[in-house]
Amino acid sequence: MDFTFSEEQEALRASVREFLLDRYPIGRVASIADGAGFDRREWREVADLGWAGISAPETLGGTGLGFLDELVVEEELGRALYPGPFLATVVMALHALVATGAEDLAGSIVSGERIATVAWAGVDGGFDTDPPPKVSWEEDGLSGVKLFVTDLRSADLLLVVGATVAGPGLWVVDRDSRGVAWRELPTVDATRPLGEVVLEEAPASALAWPDHRLLDVLRDRALASLAVEAVGVATRALELGVEYARTREQFGKPIGAYQAVGHQLAQAFVEVETARSLAYWAGWAVAEGTPEASVAAATAKARAAQASVAACERAIQVHGGIGFTWEHPLHRYYKRALGIASIMGTGPELRRRVAGYILDSDGSADEGVRSDAEAPGPMGATSESAAL
Amino acid sequence: MDFRDNPKEAAFREVVRRWLDSNIPAGWGTPQHRMPEGTERLAFYRDWSRRLYEAGFVGMTWPKRYGGREAPVTHQAIVLEEMGRSEGPEHIGLIGIGMAGPTILAHGTEEQKDRFLRRILTGEEVWCQGFSEPGAGSDLAALQTKAERNGTAGFVVSGQKVWSSFAHIADWCILLARTDWSGAKHDGLTYFLMDMHSPGVEVRPLRQITGDAEFNEIFMDGVRIPSDRIVGEVGNGWTVAITTLMNERANVGFALLARLDIGLRRLVGLAKDTSRDGSRAADDPLIRDRLAELWMDFQAYRFTVYRAFSEFLKTGRPGPEGSVAKLFWSETNQILTKTALEIEGAYALLGAGSDRAVDGGRWQYAQLRSRGNTVEAGTSEILRNIIAERVLGLPKSR
Repeated sequence: MDFTFSEEQEALRASVREFLLDRYPIGRVASIADGAGFDRREWREVADLGWAGISAPETLGGTGLGFLDELVVEEELGRALYPGPFLATVVMALHALVATGAEDLAGSIVSGERIATVAWAGVDGGFDTDPPPKVSWEEDGLSGVKLFVTDLRSADLLLVVGATVAGPGLWVVDRDSRGVAWRELPTVDATRPLGEVVLEEAPASALAWPDHRLLDVLRDRALASLAVEAVGVATRALELGVEYARTREQFGKPIGAYQAVGHQLAQAFVEVETARSLAYWAGWAVAEGTPEASVAAATAKARAAQASVAACERAIQVHGGIGFTWEHPLHRYYKRALGIASIMGTGPELRRRVAGYILDSDGSADEGVRSDAEAPGPMGATSESAAL
Repeated sequence: MDFRDNPKEAAFREVVRRWLDSNIPAGWGTPQHRMPEGTERLAFYRDWSRRLYEAGFVGMTWPKRYGGREAPVTHQAIVLEEMGRSEGPEHIGLIGIGMAGPTILAHGTEEQKDRFLRRILTGEEVWCQGFSEPGAGSDLAALQTKAERNGTAGFVVSGQKVWSSFAHIADWCILLARTDWSGAKHDGLTYFLMDMHSPGVEVRPLRQITGDAEFNEIFMDGVRIPSDRIVGEVGNGWTVAITTLMNERANVGFALLARLDIGLRRLVGLAKDTSRDGSRAADDPLIRDRLAELWMDFQAYRFTVYRAFSEFLKTGRPGPEGSVAKLFWSETNQILTKTALEIEGAYALLGAGSDRAVDGGRWQYAQLRSRGNTVEAGTSEILRNIIAERVLGLPKSR
C-alpha cells in the first residue's frame, strides 16, 4: 500500500504551481474575471507545457501519463482559480475523443490547436448518464438545448452528450457552424464561464459509441477532478484564513490565539484533509477503473465541495469585514467552491447515489459481518472501547 | 499511489486471516459464549497473547533481539486490520505494545530494553499508564504526584493517578511524576517504570457511565522506585512522555478502522432489519441520508489513516495526521451509535439483560461508551489546539 505521490508527480506539482504563480497570480485572475474573460490564445501556453495532453497517448502527441497526473495539475489549477478550460477540454472532451477513436480531433486538442467542451445537461440541469438528456438526430442534423456548458466561450468544438430513440450517443459539433446558437450565461463564479447552446438541425458527426460505460467514466473523471480542484481551492482559502489570524491583532494579541478563532480553522483543516484523502482515493479508483470508482467519485466530490465551501466561509468569517469585500480575493475562492458544489450533482444527489450503493445492492456493502453479539475485551469492555 | 496489497502483503494477510479463523475460540462473540471470570479470565488472555506472539503477529516492527519481527510496517497494519475485522480477543498488552514499549525503545537503557520488551510482546507482563491525575487532565504537565530522592537508592513516590486502563491486572506502570518543583511545570517531570506489585501501590476500579469498570485509580503511598527504572534523564520526563502520547494516537488508527467498519456494517444490517408500520428503516430517505453520510465518513477516515500511515512510512515518525484521524473518528463513532438509537426507536430504552432489547442492548452500551471517545487519548479541544498551533502555526492560546 502506498498513498503518496511519486517524486515525478511532486515535481510536476511544483512546476505547475510555479507557472501559475508567475502567469496567474490572483490579482490577474481577478482582472480576467472582471474584465474581458479568458483569452483563448493563452491556452496554447498550457498545451506547449504538455499539460493538455498529459494523459493522452504519445501516438497522439501526448505525454502518456495517467489520470492521477492530470489530477495533480487540476489541484494546482483549483488552488490558483485558473480561469481556462482544463476541465472541459482535457478532463472530459479529450478523454471522450480518445475513447471513441477520434484521433485527429484528439491530436488537435493535445497540440492546443483546438479547444473542446462537453455539452451535456439540458434545461433541467442534470448530467444524467442512463439515459442522458434527450436530443434529436436526423439526417439534417442534431437538435436540442444544452445548458451549463463549461468554457463554451473559448471552445471550437462541442461534444454533445444525448440520447435519441436509438439510444445514447456522442456527437461533435463545430461551435460556429450553422444551426448553432450560443451565448454566455452570467455566472456567480466568473472564473469558470458557462454557456447555453441551442442546436437546430446543426451539422454533427456521431462518434463511435464504445460501450455503455463511457458516460459513467466521463462523469466519474469529472467528479474526481472537481473534488481535487475543490481541495486546491479550500487549501488556499484556509491558508489565507491562517495568515490573517496570525497577523491581525485585536485586544492586544493575534486573533489566532483565541480558541474561538483557532478551532474554526483547525476544524476546517480536519475537513479539508479528510476530503483530500477521499479525492485522492477517487482519483486512484477512477484511474484504475476499480469497482468502487463511481461511488468513490461521488463521495469525494460531495465531501470536497462541502469542505471547500465551509473552509471559505470560515476564512471569510475570520477576516471579518474585509473578507466581505469585493476587493479581497476570498469571495472568488468562495464562488468557485459554491460552483463546484452545484455542478454535476449536489450533496444530497450524490448521497442518494451512495445510499443506493450501500443499501440497495446485495453484496460488498454488508458482507463479512461476523455476528451481532459483543465480544468482551480483556477488561470486560466492549470492542469499541479497549484500544483507547 | 496504490492501495492494494503487494503479493507479499496479500500472502501475509492470508496467513493472518487463516490463523485467526482457526484459533479464535469456537463461539467467541456469540451470545452463548461465556467468558471465564477473575483469574481464569486473566489466564486465558495471557495464553491467547502468547499464542499470538508465537504465531508471529506481535511486535511486528520491533528489533529481533528484543523479541520483535523486524517486518515491514505494512505487516503491522495488516495484523491490526485483520484482528479488528475478526473481532477476536485482543492481546493483553495493549498499553505495553502501543505506549510503554515504543517509549522504552526510543529512550530506554539497554538493560531496560532487555528486561522489559520481550515480556511485553509475549503477554508475560501487563502494563498500565499513570499519567492523568484528578487535577491534571488536559493540562498534564500540572501533575502533582511527588517523587523524592531517596539517597542513591532511587526515589520515593506518593500521589494519585486516574483513568488507568489495565491497572488492576498490570505488573508495571509507565509513571510520570514531579521531581522538581522549582522551575516551569514541564521541566520538573521524570518518567518512571513502576512495579505495580511494590508496597504502597493500591488500585481501585472506577465505574463508568456504562456501568463497566474499564479504568482504575492508582494510589501511591511511599512507593520505592530504584534509579535504574527511570527512562531518560531526571527532569526530562515531558519529552519522553510526548513519545508515548504520539505513539498512542498513531497506533490505534488501523484497529479503530476495522471496528468502525464492523460498526457501520452492523448499522446497515440494523436499518435493513428494523421495520415500523410495514416499512424498513433502510427505505426511509432521512435514515438513508444519515447512513450515506456515515459511509462517507468511514471512507474519509479510512483513507486518512492510510495517508497518515504512508507519511509514517516515509518519515519514520507519527505525524499530525494522527490527531486529525483520532478527532474525526471519535465524532463519527458518536454519530454512528446515536443513529442506531434513532433506528431502534423506543427499543433504545432497553438495556442489556432485557430479552426484548435489540442485539442484546449493544447499541445502547456502544452509544454511552462513545461519549468517552472525544475525551480519552486527548480531548477534541486539545486535539484542535494541537492542529491550530503545531500544524497551522497559529499563536499559542495560553
